[in-house]
Amino acid sequence: MAAETQLKVSDEVAVEITKMNKWFGAFHVLRDIDLTVYQGERIVIAGPSGSGKSTLIRCINALEEHQKGSISVDGTVLSSDVKNIDKVRSEVGMVFQHFNLFPHLTILENCTLAPIWVRKTPKREAEEIAMHFLEKVKIPEQADKYPGMLSGGQQQRVAIARSLCMKPRIMLFDEPTSALDPEMISEVLDTMIELAEEGMTMLCVTHEMGFARKVANRVIFMDQGQIVEQNEPEEFFNNPQSERTKLFLSQILGH
Amino acid sequence: MAQEHFAFVRSHMLPEAPPPAAERGAIKWLRENLFSSAANSLLTVVSLYVVIQIVISAAPWFLNGVWDSPSLTACRDILDGNMGGCFAVLTERWNQLLFGFKYPSELYWRPGLAFILLFVAGAPLLFYKLFPSKMLIFTGLYPFIAYWLIWGGSILVPVFALLGVLLGVYVYKRTVAASAGMAVIAGFVAALIFWILSGFITAPMENVLAIEAVPSRDMGGFMINLMLGVVCVSLSVPFGIVLALGRQSSMPIIKWICVVFIEFIRGVPLITLLFVANVVLAYFLPPGTSFDLILRVIIMITMFASAYIAEVIRGGLAALPRGQYEAADSLGLDYAQAMQLIILPQALKISIPGIVNVAVGLFKDTTLVSVISMFDIVGMIRGPILASAEWNGVYWELFGFAALLFFVTCYGISQYSQWLERQLQTDHR
Repeated sequence: MAAETQLKVSDEVAVEITKMNKWFGAFHVLRDIDLTVYQGERIVIAGPSGSGKSTLIRCINALEEHQKGSISVDGTVLSSDVKNIDKVRSEVGMVFQHFNLFPHLTILENCTLAPIWVRKTPKREAEEIAMHFLEKVKIPEQADKYPGMLSGGQQQRVAIARSLCMKPRIMLFDEPTSALDPEMISEVLDTMIELAEEGMTMLCVTHEMGFARKVANRVIFMDQGQIVEQNEPEEFFNNPQSERTKLFLSQILGH
Repeated sequence: MAQEHFAFVRSHMLPEAPPPAAERGAIKWLRENLFSSAANSLLTVVSLYVVIQIVISAAPWFLNGVWDSPSLTACRDILDGNMGGCFAVLTERWNQLLFGFKYPSELYWRPGLAFILLFVAGAPLLFYKLFPSKMLIFTGLYPFIAYWLIWGGSILVPVFALLGVLLGVYVYKRTVAASAGMAVIAGFVAALIFWILSGFITAPMENVLAIEAVPSRDMGGFMINLMLGVVCVSLSVPFGIVLALGRQSSMPIIKWICVVFIEFIRGVPLITLLFVANVVLAYFLPPGTSFDLILRVIIMITMFASAYIAEVIRGGLAALPRGQYEAADSLGLDYAQAMQLIILPQALKISIPGIVNVAVGLFKDTTLVSVISMFDIVGMIRGPILASAEWNGVYWELFGFAALLFFVTCYGISQYSQWLERQLQTDHR
């Protein structure tokens, strides 16, 4: 366990969030978030629903706009400049709760679309890359099918492959297993663990505490739009400091 | 005791047998669909009786029909009091019904050829899986070829029109990365300026490489309906897409222009717009400029149809889950790419039935131009043909023929759209 958590974390900053605030209308969703993510870190964000954890990672690739403070991704400061945002998005992969594959395109086309149009990769090369990552998530034989013909777990693995095809430096996971049947959760988690072992920088919103213990080198607990506690997984689970964290953990691990 | 007797070995195999007659083919179908109960059997018999009565009374009208006669009186003489249709009016005046009464008859081959080429141009677009995509080049050139064939005149006019379009597309491509909305406007303005300027070049050279010109006022018949229908439908789909996207734009000026345009056009009857095209527009143009009537009508019908299509497409856009937009964004696709590759293909697929509905309605509405004294097929029937001494009083045959032409076209469109929907079915729900 200890050996795994020490994996290749460098001093290089991947994401730097300072004093970031966000409102939905009058509702203060995120309050004074400060977070520095180093290259190669694997961070699990936990917390009750409505605590702002999804919104936080959606701010990192500007799917949500923040109103105060700053976010810089790989040295690029997020502003309202469209060029800037598109650049950050092409460096940051995202996996959604509901997969969001493109239903009118085949699995292969789902994977080659962004490399061809955003990276201007030649079609054949993009297909080779796509097949490489589809093999990695263990579904190369589905390449010519449409998303609607695949199971939920398979679709989520395709979604991961689709993001990887852009060769992202950071991966964001927004509750990737929450919409899956229980027997499909492990195939997606296995893929994510493999990815983590290769040193991918990951921010993952999830309720899979087993995954957090095994893979994360930092667990962040959020409540009411604030970071309440963060620590190494071992400490976080065995020796939580704040009352709120203790309550949350007793509820989620209680049975 | 019984235990000893169930041992069995088959000595010969049974041959395949047909199902009993009552469970087979036509008889099964009849039983299930027409005679499934006493009430249904009664209904079937009554309906059959009504259908037979209609056929019996209508058949002589078709069978005794006179196909060769110079006038209605001559036709009635031939019929000699018997029941029968005077289809001779169709054989006698087919050219007027199709081309109008002033289009030079020795040039009928030109619109005819344009009509045939329409299928060549449309095929790769409508059946994109069956034809090589290189044929789309011809599709792109077709509007200019068809214009030249139908109107004639110098080839410079369509060539410069084509160059204007190419310039507009070029300007769009160069500016689209900055802002898709602005790029559409910039491309449109560039093309417009080019066309206005090229007018100074083509006007004095109207005899360069010219074929005999036919002015718009000499055109008529079903040709006009087809022209208006094809041109306005194919223009109003792209305009409708732009309006629908504009209505969702985050730029308030673009958004409000689109909203005002759509709401205004939808709130005004088409016939009013056509009167505007016919009469009122002339007041706003500088004196002496002749702005072709067909062009004015095309602009008005296109505006009308694109407002409706925009709303249909907006429905399609609204039906897409937000996740599709987010997935496209998260991959780093810019706005134009996300729309072109992800959003529109799905939204348009959802919108097909609605778009076809508008297209069919629009095609039939082209007959409204007869009200502003254009001689389309209805205008020809009500005007020159029924007013002529020879054929005054022939209604059923003429309007039946017009109805048949429209029905064949609209039914074809409808069947095609259903086929297309099946083709695009990729989600196996």
